[in-house]
Parts: sequence; structure tokens; C-alpha cells
Amino acid sequence: MTEDKNKHPEEQVLMEGDPDTTGHSWDGIKEFNNPLPRWWLWTFYACIVWGIGYTVLYPAWPLINGATPGMLGFSTRANVADEIQRFDDMNADIRQRITEVELAAINPTDNPDLYNYAIQGGAATFATWCSQCHGSGAAGVQASGYPNLLDDDWLWGGTIDEVHYTISHGIRNEDDLNARYSEMTAFEGILTEEEIGAVVQYVRNISGQEHDGALVELGGQVFYDNCAACHMDDGTGDQFLGAPNLTDAIWLYGGSEDAIEYTVRNARFGVMPPWSADASEVGRLSEAEVRSVAVYVHSLGGGQ
Amino acid sequence: MSATEEPQKLYASREPVFPKRVSGRFRNLKWVIMIVTLGIYYVTPWIRWDRGPNLPDQAVLLDLGGRRFFFFWIEIWPHEFYFVAGLLIMAGLGLFLFTSALGRVWCGYSCPQTVWTDLFFTVERWIEGDRNARLRLWRQGWDFHKIRLRLTKYIVWLLIAVATGGAWVFYFADAPTLFIQLVTGQAAFVAYTTIGILTFTTFVFGGFMREQVCIYMCPWPRIQAAMMDEDTITVAYRDWRGEPRGKGKDRENLGDCIDCNACVNVCPVGIDIRDGQQLECITCALCIDACDDIMAKVGKPRGLIDYMALTDEANERAGNQKKSVWKHIFRLRTIIYTVLWSAIGVGLTVLLFIRSDIDVTVAPVRNPQFVMLSDGSIRNTYDVRIRNMTHENSVFEITLVSDQPLQIELEGQENNTVEVPVDSTLLQRVYVIAPAGSAAADENLTNFRFWVEDLSTETRTYQDTTFFGRDLE
Repeated sequence: MTEDKNKHPEEQVLMEGDPDTTGHSWDGIKEFNNPLPRWWLWTFYACIVWGIGYTVLYPAWPLINGATPGMLGFSTRANVADEIQRFDDMNADIRQRITEVELAAINPTDNPDLYNYAIQGGAATFATWCSQCHGSGAAGVQASGYPNLLDDDWLWGGTIDEVHYTISHGIRNEDDLNARYSEMTAFEGILTEEEIGAVVQYVRNISGQEHDGALVELGGQVFYDNCAACHMDDGTGDQFLGAPNLTDAIWLYGGSEDAIEYTVRNARFGVMPPWSADASEVGRLSEAEVRSVAVYVHSLGGGQ
Repeated sequence: MSATEEPQKLYASREPVFPKRVSGRFRNLKWVIMIVTLGIYYVTPWIRWDRGPNLPDQAVLLDLGGRRFFFFWIEIWPHEFYFVAGLLIMAGLGLFLFTSALGRVWCGYSCPQTVWTDLFFTVERWIEGDRNARLRLWRQGWDFHKIRLRLTKYIVWLLIAVATGGAWVFYFADAPTLFIQLVTGQAAFVAYTTIGILTFTTFVFGGFMREQVCIYMCPWPRIQAAMMDEDTITVAYRDWRGEPRGKGKDRENLGDCIDCNACVNVCPVGIDIRDGQQLECITCALCIDACDDIMAKVGKPRGLIDYMALTDEANERAGNQKKSVWKHIFRLRTIIYTVLWSAIGVGLTVLLFIRSDIDVTVAPVRNPQFVMLSDGSIRNTYDVRIRNMTHENSVFEITLVSDQPLQIELEGQENNTVEVPVDSTLLQRVYVIAPAGSAAADENLTNFRFWVEDLSTETRTYQDTTFFGRDLE
């Protein structure tokens, strides 16, 4: 036995019965050239056959417009439509019942199943159609005058029937004749500069904020003559007219001197579309959906 | 490789394996383990366990629809999934422990692939005869005799396979009800599909794939190589004692191995243990039984093939004292695995006994962080989730403890109480209000504690959370 100078000191010893090697050797470790099991090859062929069958039966090969449709007529889009239809059918009964009971009866005690469905469904509908303005948490945006729906101050009423009416018909829109409608006068040019400054201080006073006491008496007179018709003598507003309560801590557009002065000079006109498909042509929501959203909004902490 | 030489085949057909019947202590141990493991698998779903009127009376039940796992007196809810995770980690560590101490004992004795293949071998031997008969049958042409034997064998295999798939689904539904549904064709489609798939895999893996599953499909043999070391007890051949092997009466220049191939003939994976450690070897120890039998017949001591550590071979060859089995097993590595395994086991057991029948999670609603009400007070909202794991409807009272004048209100409920039906979870919207001008209303953060009390059993639990104020600073 001759000593091979190139042989690694720990050269792997091949035994009788070992398979051939590939001829590669790394630090004395040789690579066996084991054949694959035959069934593995069959599995591979079976996959090819399966693949051909699959591309014939199902949508597969990309073409310039679309793809080969496949012989089974399978379509994920059609599947989604079927799924939606299936769920609509499953929900048809409960949606029907939601439109039939009194709104106030959709509560955890009287109708727990309807209440649960309305809360879940209403939350989804709210996220889709309402959150753009009112925010995903329903807290509104004061800078833009989108009302906060969580607090206990309501422009048009916070009972579930009033909330339902507002969602159905919207506010200050021309698509629905039954929309909520209020119009504040822009007092720029109607009131003098002195009167405007005074009424701003008066409103600061009745809402319990810092104010210039010297102007309150004049402001009160201006308020009584020009504002009390809608905002009431004591400034608590009138939900029937959509006139905000000016004495509480909540402001739709802000309670700073600048914000109040801007409102007095220019007035504010927030709008909301009508959502009920039954009430107007532009309405997007079914009665069951409008009712669900109403129940959901009413359950967020401000409902009365 | 010269051009004239036959090029090496890229693909090899499976070499059929015809293990010979063997008896001995390890074979007996394997019988016992087979009976016990198969017994547990088939019988467990039929054990009844009374839990009262509202709950299933099946001892072991994975209720996927109701999201519950029942195990005798233990009930696991989805939020307690860490028990399952803990058990899986224990199973993993246990496997590490056994592998580093005793090699591939899992593979050799209790892996389902091994147990079912063993069962299929038994059926095969019972119908077609032992190794030689089976070899003859395999070589001969198809005639009535061969077709009859093959058909009988496949039918028995198929029955076992159906029973295997069938037993599996009983873990997921009430077994007696499901059995009647299955027989009358009223069970869910998924039950039949599951049985079908498991029947197919059992039949193919146990009857035809056998050792191929271990060699080519299972990752465990590759991982185990990293777990074994020179102290691991495994099945090995005493090379120093057996070689040079040879047949014949004149044994002056020969070792103890008479080259009878008994060890090869009984091997279920078709290897020769005398070649040394091999990836294919599942350490079923049947070669030990076979060789011991032969050694007894030729009047030599047992253990030419035996459970031993790799260091033992070198030790014995040098004539040194053999290290005891316990010294091999108790070493730092196995002790660490044991400690980890036990620590998790003890931890899970303690958790099991201290867990409460009610569970509360509080998620502060932070969109928005707070709401100002018309009187200037500040309100925070919390999603309180109450799980009623007692076995009756319960009324829970939610209160809070704080040094601030915080008030609590429940959406849609009066008296700060809410009823949670038996065995269910309820999401309750809870409002906490800080009066205008109070410290909590004007500070950034105030810590407080929710208490939830089950009024019927007076069990209480709490959750700490925070209140967001206006942060006037």
C-alpha cells in the first residue's frame, strides 16, 4: 500500500457496498452519488400530468387580454359574488326583522340577537361610509366641523329615532327634501364691529369661559335681538331647529374668540348626504343598514 | 469513468424488504408498546367524563366549533392556548432528551409510522407467511393463490386504515353520535374527507412506503444526527468481537459473527447494522433479538449486537472497563434537558391550578383617547371582555378602585352589572368619567383598577389600566 501525498490525513474510507462518489472531495469528505428513488421520479411525472390537467381545467395561461378561462369555468370573482349572495341570503331574515321592530327595542335586553347583529354590522357600515368625515373612532374633526358622535351634545337630537332620521335624510342637502335644514345668518355687515365683538364676549360668558365683562351687557342685548330666536334666550339652543347649545363645553367649530367671531361673521353650513336608499335616489344604504348604523352610533356613549 | 462503462443509473427502484419474524425481549417490549399506543389511540375518544348538563361528556374532545379543548377534568379556552404551546415545547424537549440519551428510541418504538408499519407487517406475515414465503410469493407469477393472498392482505390493511382515519375524527366530535352519523351517511362532509385522507395515507405509508417515509420524507432522522454524541446509547455491532466474520466450524481465526444474516433478515428498513451507524436505522433493536437468539444457539454470550454508546466499542476493544449505562445517560446535556423539561412541566401544572374560573381583559379605547362631555367632564372608554368559565349563567359586577373621583357606567346596562351566559365571552363597553376640574380630568395619566366580581360565587378578579385626561400642562 503506497502512501498518497495528496491524501488528507482524515480521508474518508470508502467501504464495500458504498455507492459511487461524484468524484468531488472536500477536506477528505467525498460526495456519494446516490440515485434518487424511482417513486420520486414517478411523483414528478404525476405532478407534470397534474399540471397539464390543471391548466386545461382552470384559468392559467396569460394572454394579451386576460387569460385562458379553463374548461371548468372557475372564476374567483364569481366565487366572491356567490359568497356575498350566500351571506345575503343567510342574513335576509335578521335584516328583515331589524326593519320590523321598534328602533328602541333593538337593545341587549329585548332583542340581544338583533342588537348584536346591528352593532357588528353597523360598525362595518360606519367604517365604510361614515368614517371619512366622522373618523374611524367617531370622534369627528373639530377643525372641519365634523361632529363628535361620542359625546352627549347633539345638534339634532340624540335619541335613536333622531339619529336614525339624520342618517336617513342627511343635513342641508338638495337630494332629499326631508333633509335636516337650518340656516344661520352671516352677521358681517348686519351687526356693527362693536356689536360683533360684544356678542362674542357674551357667548364666551354664557359658556363659562374667560371674557371681557365690560362688553357682556351690550353683547347680551345683541344676542337677545339677533340670536335668541334660534339659540333661545338662555343660549341653550334648540335641537328642533338644529341650533347648537352655546352654554356647554362642546363646540362644533371651536370655542375660542377667533372661532366664535368667524362663526358670527360668516355663519357655518355643515352638510351631510342622505344615506337611506328609500328616502332619496343618492342614498346608498338599505333600511336595515341605516338602522344598524343608528344603533351602533347610539351605543357609542352619547345616545340618549 | 470511461465512455464504454455503463453510466450510473440516476434513479433506483425501491428494494423490497421482507423482515423475518423474530422473538426476544425487545420484540416483546415493542408488542407491549404497540398494544398500549394503539389502545390509547382507538379507545380514548370513547371514554366518558361527566361535566354536568351544559358540557360534553367526552373525556378528550377537541371542540373546534365551540373553541374548547376538553381533557378529563381540564378545560382549555382559546386564550389559554399557552398550555398547548407549553405541551408542544415539552414534547420537543422530551424528544431531545430521549435522543441524546437513548438515540432514536422514538423512531424505533413509538413513532406512529413505526407502530402502524409494524402492525401492517404483522398482518402481512399472518396472511402471506414469513420472510421466505413472502419472498417466494413476490417472485412468482400472478395466479389465483397470489391474487387471493394479496386481496386478503389489502382488505385487512384497508380495514385498519379506515379504522385509523375513523378514530381520528372521533376526537373532534361526540364519538357515539358521530359514529351513528358516519354509518347513516349524515356526518359532515369534512369528516368523510378527513377519514378518506387518513385512510389513504395509512394504507400507503404503512403498506407500501414504509421505510421510505423515514428515509426520504421525515426530517427527524437528519435532525437527530445532531442530537447524538459518543455517549448516546444506540444500537451497534461489536465490531471487535464479531470480526472477521465467517461461516464454518473452524473458528480459530474468525470472530463471533457467523455471518448468518439473521440481523439483516429481520431489519424492517433493510440495512446491515454491521456496517455501522446509518441514517436509515430506526433503532428498533430487532437485530439485537435476532443475534442474541443465534449467539445462544452457537453457545456464545449475547450482545454481539447490542445497545451501547460509541465510546464503548473503543473502550472494549482496548480492554478497558466498560462505562456504566447510567454514566452515559446522566451527563450535563441530558441533565439540562431534564431540568428544562421539568421546569416547564411544573410551571404549566402550577398555572393549571391557580387559574381562575373568570377571566377579564381590559382594552382601553384609544380612538379617541378621551371625550369631553357637555358639562366639561372627561370620559374614557374601555372594552372589557369577561369570560365566564364557570358552568352556570353568572351576573358580574364591574367596579373601579381609584383615589380619584372616577365614576363608572356600563353601556346599555344598569347598576354596573352585566349577565354573562354560561361558558361564553361577553364584550362590554365601559365608560369611566372624571368630573370637570378634577385632577384625573386635567392630568395626562391616572392609574386605576377595575374589579370584576361574580356575584353568585363571589369570585373576584382585577385588571389595572390607565385613564387619559386632557393634559393641560
